Amino acid sequence: MAEATVITLDAKVPVGPIEAKWDNHRFSVKLVNPNNRRRFKIIIIGTGLAGASAAATLGELGYEVEVFTYHDSPRRAHSIAAQGGINAAKNYKNDGDSIFRLFYDTIKGGDFRAREANVYRLAQVSVDIIDQCTAQGVPFAREYGGLLDNRSFGGAQVSRTFYARGQTGQQLLLGAYQAMMRQVAAGSVRLHTRAEMLDLVVKDGRAVGVIVRDLATGEVARHSAHAVVLATGGYSNVFFLSTNAKACNTSAIWRAHRKGAFFANPCFTQIHPTCIPPSDEFQSKLTLMSESLRNDGRIWVGKNAADLRQPADIPESDRDYYLERLYPAFGNLVPRDVASRAAKRMVDQGRGVGPMQNGVCLDFSAAIDRLGRNVIEERYGNLFEMYHRITDEDPYRVPMRIYPAVHYTMGGLWVDYNLATTIPGLYAIGEANFSDHGANRLGASALMQGLADGYFILPNTIGDYLAGILGDKPVPIDDPVFTDVDLEARTRLHRFLAGGGTRSVDWFHRRLGKIMWDHCGMSRTKAGLEKAMSEIPGLYEEFRGDLRVLGTGEHLNQSLEKAGRVDDFFQLAQLICRDALVREESAGGHFREEHQYEDGEAKRNDDDFRYVASWQWSGGGEPVLVKEPLEFEYVKPSTRSYK
Amino acid sequence: MTITLSVWRQAGQDASGGFVTYLVEGVSPDMSFLEMLDVLNERLLGQSEEPIAFEHDCREGICGSCGVMINGRPHGPWGGAATCQLHMRAFRHGETITVEPWRATAFPIIRDLVVDRSALDRIIAAGGYISAPTGSAPDANLTLIGKEVAEAAMDAATCIGCGACVAACPNGAANLFTAAKVAHLNLLPQGQPERWRRVEAMVETMEDFFGSCTNHGECEAACPKSISIDWIALLNRDYLSAQFKNRRLAARS
Repeated sequence: MAEATVITLDAKVPVGPIEAKWDNHRFSVKLVNPNNRRRFKIIIIGTGLAGASAAATLGELGYEVEVFTYHDSPRRAHSIAAQGGINAAKNYKNDGDSIFRLFYDTIKGGDFRAREANVYRLAQVSVDIIDQCTAQGVPFAREYGGLLDNRSFGGAQVSRTFYARGQTGQQLLLGAYQAMMRQVAAGSVRLHTRAEMLDLVVKDGRAVGVIVRDLATGEVARHSAHAVVLATGGYSNVFFLSTNAKACNTSAIWRAHRKGAFFANPCFTQIHPTCIPPSDEFQSKLTLMSESLRNDGRIWVGKNAADLRQPADIPESDRDYYLERLYPAFGNLVPRDVASRAAKRMVDQGRGVGPMQNGVCLDFSAAIDRLGRNVIEERYGNLFEMYHRITDEDPYRVPMRIYPAVHYTMGGLWVDYNLATTIPGLYAIGEANFSDHGANRLGASALMQGLADGYFILPNTIGDYLAGILGDKPVPIDDPVFTDVDLEARTRLHRFLAGGGTRSVDWFHRRLGKIMWDHCGMSRTKAGLEKAMSEIPGLYEEFRGDLRVLGTGEHLNQSLEKAGRVDDFFQLAQLICRDALVREESAGGHFREEHQYEDGEAKRNDDDFRYVASWQWSGGGEPVLVKEPLEFEYVKPSTRSYK
Repeated sequence: MTITLSVWRQAGQDASGGFVTYLVEGVSPDMSFLEMLDVLNERLLGQSEEPIAFEHDCREGICGSCGVMINGRPHGPWGGAATCQLHMRAFRHGETITVEPWRATAFPIIRDLVVDRSALDRIIAAGGYISAPTGSAPDANLTLIGKEVAEAAMDAATCIGCGACVAACPNGAANLFTAAKVAHLNLLPQGQPERWRRVEAMVETMEDFFGSCTNHGECEAACPKSISIDWIALLNRDYLSAQFKNRRLAARS
């Protein structure tokens, strides 16, 4: 592996004490005056929380915004599926919360692999997000007196989570979407639906536009702008089975990576412990159940391997309540990663339950006996109903079956304090960047970060770049750089269509996902990662040679869309494995079996790995690792313990 | 189990379409309806037949992408569920299932089961928002909202914009969709300043694209979020009031 010595990454962290950095920065960046803003065109890819909030805000400021989504409507972006809530350091509960505490919890929760200055700013603007969303009419839960209600969430000792039933993501996204549609009506935002970015156009080292395919007509078009913002979410679907929506993909950020944007911490992926296990080989995606279920459910498997009895028929004496046994202090409430890995160990030992022996029991019988069915129904009624509908099993009568699944990726494009990538003029916001969650994200923080980036941070930082190119016209779309990338993109589509092979895109995607899950999932080893890295290129070769995509590129062709996305997943998968192999420590969502304490806890190595692993594309050869060292001035790194 | 699918196939908006029958074997009752279509599509590909295009994404009933007519009912036989939440145990071995795209003039077919629902976005753009430019908001607890009001607004706000209400309506009306958004915003104190202009603009835009409501009530039955038809009454009342309200004096009432 090549290690660069020449390239250094400048995170552009402002000077001054941490609580003054954002103020100082906003004062020092260049501004674009209101009359000049309409002379700048900004392209935004993606309309989730980050993209829609950025589009609305930049439109309000007077910029000319063009926004693209591959969905039929911007409101379908996967932010819509977030359930739990959104954190903010309002301290409405008078329980000791503060901006510093939210900052501290986020840094610690991220296992000391995030940049302090960015995280502090996130905590600062969190309070503005709640104000903004409330003003837009987001129907957050209320107390009887009319004030906002809060709930508590994992990884924090205070109640700082604002929520709208179990549909917080939906309501926040609709708020941002509606604000954006107001700008669409006003003419400051131009919306392109069913439009997928195929590639990024870079001229003289600057991002100048994108190539986009209209998914309904197949038309490939060029769009030019002064700056490009990627708000395209995470890459959990590299594992095929995840809780992400089916279309979620890495293509926009991966294509940007190939054009020069560094990719940071790709191996930091997060597993959620309480999902419904697959029921058969046709399973297309996994469904997440709120983690709150662990408050009252007891987790167990059979004592003996290959116990094929129905869980309800396994007597008490043959059950192993393994979390209570292994972690007496925290029991069933150990953190996500600990609970997930323990479940995997049980299933790997052949002690899984269910028809495919691929789950563990989450049993409410004791809680129902103790509290009564009514109480359980009040707390979890909607989740029980959802479970019943999917599995046809009544969790009031038989134990639930659960298993961990991938659901969020902390890694993403490397960005500096301005949310600028290593390509001038290219920005990455929301889950698409790597910036705030380190090696592990806390619950209810994804929504916070997406909206912080889109409403409050990017609109304040992008002007610094734009002011420097005042007077420049966007590069004309008949410029040779556009012609070249356009041709490249079309050639790639033709290659998929001309494959003439025998296998479907999904066939390959499932196999890629299985390799990734088996060897680069919730627990990783050197041998496993090397095995994955030796298997993926072979499968990728086969994908390129034996893929079958029917139809043409001149109409709605969902197989063709998937082919491009899976092609990019193949390339990203290799980088994830490489990153996981190089990171010889366990941190947050990245667990290397070689690096654990005797009790199975993750063993971080701050001396050697207290850095952001940022990867540079090198034309398909070995990628170059560039390290951004992390300094902790305000929160001293410590070891997590849940005993 | 084995089922027979009768699926609407149509190559493009201007092409003529028709039902094509497929025998699907080896269907597991635990499969979701969309997974059954996935399996069929894999087989079609093996036979060099183009897969059936259908819209889907989150597959947990919240994004609103999916939605087809199944045996004449939007989202199929289970009430209060989107197509992606429907499982094959809802059907019997040997059954014939008819699958069609949403049927509404306002939703032209793009291909097979995929339709263009962008008219719904037009209604939102006309006024389905509260104007609150970023940065201008007061502290969130400055506006007191009674729990009952917040809950009622939330009931209406759960709409996923799938278009089932339009597809179910004999008139192809979008009143339930529009009413849900108007109710969400018009019930809240933050929504009051724009209340009358909002309802007027949204209703009038709706009428540019969709049919008229004649109180059939099919929309409520089809709604995967069980949104109440009562909101349409509120919509009508606000729309009527908007016609004669002296908006300059609104604060006095």
